[in-house]
Amino acid sequence: MRKSIPLRICLVSGIVMIIQFFIPHRYSQTVYNYTLDWLIVSGIFAIVIGLHSNFHLHITRIVRKRKGWGYNVVTMAATLSMAFIGIAFGIGADSLFMKIYRNIEVPMDATMFSLLGFFMASAAFRAFRAKTKEATVLLIVALIIMIGRVPLGYFLWHRFPELVEWIMMYPNMAAQRGIGLGIGLGMAAMELKIILGIERGWLGGAGD
Amino acid sequence: MLLFYILTQISVAPLNIVIPPNVISNIIIPPSEVTAYDNSNDGGDRINVEWSLSPDDSLISGYEIWRSEVKDSGYYKVGYIGRTNTHYQDIAEVKEGVQYYYEVRCRTSKYEYSEFTAPSEAATSSSQWYNTYKTNVLIGLIIFSFVVLFAIFQARKGKTLFIRKINGLDALDEAVGRATEMGRPVLYVPGLGSIGDIATIAAINILSQVAKKTAEYNTPILVPNCDPIVMSVTQEVVKEAYLEKGRPEGYNPDNIFYLVGSQFPYAAGVGGIMMREKPATNLFMGTFMAEALILAETGNISGAVQIAGTDAVTQLPFFITSCDYTIMGEELYAASAYLSQEPMLVSSIKGQDYNKLILIFFLILGSILGLINNDFILNWFHN
Repeated sequence: MRKSIPLRICLVSGIVMIIQFFIPHRYSQTVYNYTLDWLIVSGIFAIVIGLHSNFHLHITRIVRKRKGWGYNVVTMAATLSMAFIGIAFGIGADSLFMKIYRNIEVPMDATMFSLLGFFMASAAFRAFRAKTKEATVLLIVALIIMIGRVPLGYFLWHRFPELVEWIMMYPNMAAQRGIGLGIGLGMAAMELKIILGIERGWLGGAGD
Repeated sequence: MLLFYILTQISVAPLNIVIPPNVISNIIIPPSEVTAYDNSNDGGDRINVEWSLSPDDSLISGYEIWRSEVKDSGYYKVGYIGRTNTHYQDIAEVKEGVQYYYEVRCRTSKYEYSEFTAPSEAATSSSQWYNTYKTNVLIGLIIFSFVVLFAIFQARKGKTLFIRKINGLDALDEAVGRATEMGRPVLYVPGLGSIGDIATIAAINILSQVAKKTAEYNTPILVPNCDPIVMSVTQEVVKEAYLEKGRPEGYNPDNIFYLVGSQFPYAAGVGGIMMREKPATNLFMGTFMAEALILAETGNISGAVQIAGTDAVTQLPFFITSCDYTIMGEELYAASAYLSQEPMLVSSIKGQDYNKLILIFFLILGSILGLINNDFILNWFHN
């Protein structure tokens, strides 16, 4: 039962969704929309499971005073206070909740995003060390692209931007499409294996 | 009672019916020859409207499309489209089986209008049971499935199939072994994807194999999740892996947890785990976006051995620079077959390769035909 029921559900719903893809009729659209609604509903239930896991993790660490438990206190305090403020005072455009969101969470998000700039510099330094032939080619191409994408490139040689466009549109695009083609086929094969019950890793041990 | 009456009147009034304004410019000549017809291959909720351009097209800002269920009256606006356009698709609550008439008029930037065109003939929308535009997809799907199933059938008959070496997957054993030697945990990051993403399912399949190794070596595995449904599945997969290896006591449910649902807080949280817990091995498998480099570089700073696998083409360069091994694109989907060496799974990869061969054939044929100005293959794949 533990093996067969999920596999049968997967087989039937997989085939139904494939057939649905080719049928534009409104009945077919209704089935599709219902499926999306079910996904949303199951997602809401899953949030409860996620919150339980999150609270359990942080509270356990606080109670057992594990290394760095102060961070867990901050996380729990922030989570609970945001929930309280949202429930008590609402989440309208000018609410306290939104003010905290705009003035604390958004800047923190932006800070994390801005770290990318520094990490890119350090990663690029490592990647562009011309230790091998491939790395040297990468270094030269990267230099051409970087120079050609700024006004300096045009100043040095007026056809620099054209060269950059050519590199991006042909060798670069060819490589990306090659990878994309493999990904597309891989995804389709994976879906087929899951629908037919050949690939069962996602079921845990139930599929064995 | 009065309030009830007002509310009833409001709720039954068709809100989108607007009386045409009277600022009519006699100078602007309206468009002509308005035709309306059912859109094919849809759920009966679209009607196409076409007209001939107004001779004053260059003087106007666009065309307003009006609709009615009666030919001579009751027209209301359903859409607007900029000048030079001669086609509009009406999707404004079109009902199947109802006759609709259309009129079009010009509008200037100063909200002056031309006269309306004569009404179109009636158009009625209807649903279709098969989308003819997707015939090429259907044929492709049948060929693809047939080839994959043929390869699986061959494997069942006992034919040995070769699968090329994937360094990133070979290194998994070594990476887990390193964590065991150092007495530190393995960190497995399943990415930002939901359970609906194929890359996440592939990541879960790899997790199953990695968890079997950590169970065997008695090494802790940490799995911070971004999606609660993925968390439930990863918990189950790790638990079953420990059970299979006869070490149920080694499974710690607290190590597979929900961290946070947002992208950058997730990156911050995982980065924090890397710096505090100092895992010896970091495995990034699944769907990644801009946080990929933040995670991989933080892991690099912490000195861990790193293996990444994703189908996000834009993130691959970041992983290649910051990780020791990178499993690229389709290799991620092949991972569970490669690691388990189960003939049925390996054969499906073979089937995938045969399909790739067919596609390469069409690519070459399409390129040759393209050179002689024949777009047959291109159009066939495009539509």
